Amino acid sequence: MATIVDRQNPFKTSLSTKFLWLGLFVYLAYAFTTLDIGWDRFVLGLDQGGRLLDRLFPPNFTRWELLLHDLIESLQIAIIASVAGIFISLFVGLMAARNMMPNVISIPVRVFIALCRTFHPVIIAILFVKAVGFGALAGILTLTVASIGFVAKLFAEAIEEISFKQVEAIRATGAGFISTIVFGVIPQVFSRFIGFSIYQLDSNLRNSTMVGIVGAGGLGGTLFSAFQRFDYDFVTAILLAIIALILVGEALSNLVRRIFQ
Amino acid sequence: MSRLEIRELNHAYVSNKPILKNINIEIDEPGVIAIIGPSGTGKSTLLRCINRLIQPTDGSILFKDKDVAKIKGKSLREVRRQIGMVFQEYNLVERLSVLENVLTGRLGYMSAWSAWRRNFSDKDIKRAFELLAFVGLSDFAMQRADSLSGGQRQRVGIARALMQEPVILLADEPTSSLDPKTSVEIMELLRQLAQDKGIPTLVNIHDVNLAKRYAQRMIGMSGGQVVYDGKPDGITDTHLKSIYGGESWLQ
Repeated sequence: MATIVDRQNPFKTSLSTKFLWLGLFVYLAYAFTTLDIGWDRFVLGLDQGGRLLDRLFPPNFTRWELLLHDLIESLQIAIIASVAGIFISLFVGLMAARNMMPNVISIPVRVFIALCRTFHPVIIAILFVKAVGFGALAGILTLTVASIGFVAKLFAEAIEEISFKQVEAIRATGAGFISTIVFGVIPQVFSRFIGFSIYQLDSNLRNSTMVGIVGAGGLGGTLFSAFQRFDYDFVTAILLAIIALILVGEALSNLVRRIFQ
Repeated sequence: MSRLEIRELNHAYVSNKPILKNINIEIDEPGVIAIIGPSGTGKSTLLRCINRLIQPTDGSILFKDKDVAKIKGKSLREVRRQIGMVFQEYNLVERLSVLENVLTGRLGYMSAWSAWRRNFSDKDIKRAFELLAFVGLSDFAMQRADSLSGGQRQRVGIARALMQEPVILLADEPTSSLDPKTSVEIMELLRQLAQDKGIPTLVNIHDVNLAKRYAQRMIGMSGGQVVYDGKPDGITDTHLKSIYGGESWLQ
């Protein structure tokens, strides 16, 4: 004979979950009302947007020399910063990996990486423009720092996930520290490193068109002044140039990926 | 003086919980020396103390006039490169080719700069191919290590250890991840090396019968101590009972 057990429904929504949802809705309603973004404001905006669209076309390429110059500068900023950032990240990432380094090294290096990640590239770019002056150098430094913040962290995590058995075997052959890294660690993380590096190159290409807004070289500066002078047809030309740049970057990434595989 | 002398070796991962208790072993003769004992009794720890993958708590390990337990840096690496090691899970670098894995056995003899450039000497490369032929894997030299079967990987592991031109060989459960037939083949290979090339080979092994078949000397360990050290035919059921505990498994 089966005994009847009085069990609670195991899938009942908990009280705290209900409160969480309620809290979220209340906050959204509050935020909307205080920011004054109602339907009327939206319709008003649409009207303005229509006029902008009208003035964006057709794109104006009469200043193509300036455009090309800036485009090349952006590309250079992105590539130099990627190479420098990735190269530095190789060492920084290794030093941050807790399975390879004692805490006295890995903790300070982790703090350094965290600092590189703390600020948005725009803020770092402002700092570098103030520090080294207007132009491409500030952009390169900015994106190098941003690259270290991202790539070194991922490198460190990739190194922490390796199989230590392979490292142990290399160490048992009497190999020194660097040889152990070269044969025991790098083969295990190499393809992931390539993936992260390509991703960072891609991201730097996009960001290199942005740092110019605060004066750190590249297309961004020209874009910003075109906006301010209401040269909307030139803005369209710049935006098309940026799209072309990103497509070139895509082709470049594919090429690098194919070479390393 | 013997090739390897372990004297009063103790090790504890956690203080007051010793895993090795006062181990004394002397090894000089070529041939397979099997270490048997239940899991967790410190067999692996013992082998890893010999090439200092683990730093023993105290005691000494004398190898060529040096106390392995006390040296470090360059002189430790010089000792390690003379001690080959074969692992239970092969521990090959999966993404490198079979040939590169064998050649890693030379890393202890090369500078980091040469290692980085893969600048192996012609002599080493020739020897690597010879060893691959010896273990029957000539056709696999350029394949990635992770494309091989377990038995093939273990052969690469053995070739890598031989590449070091070892004075002694340590094998930590070399057959535990293999099927019975492959296990026998690997033990066959290790015995051949141990006798023909005259390398004393310390083998940790679970399988008592396999050990008896290939070893010329057996060391029984239980509870972190050596409880038997002698000829394989000297091991009786009474010894086995004291090593593994219980007796139902003997029938």
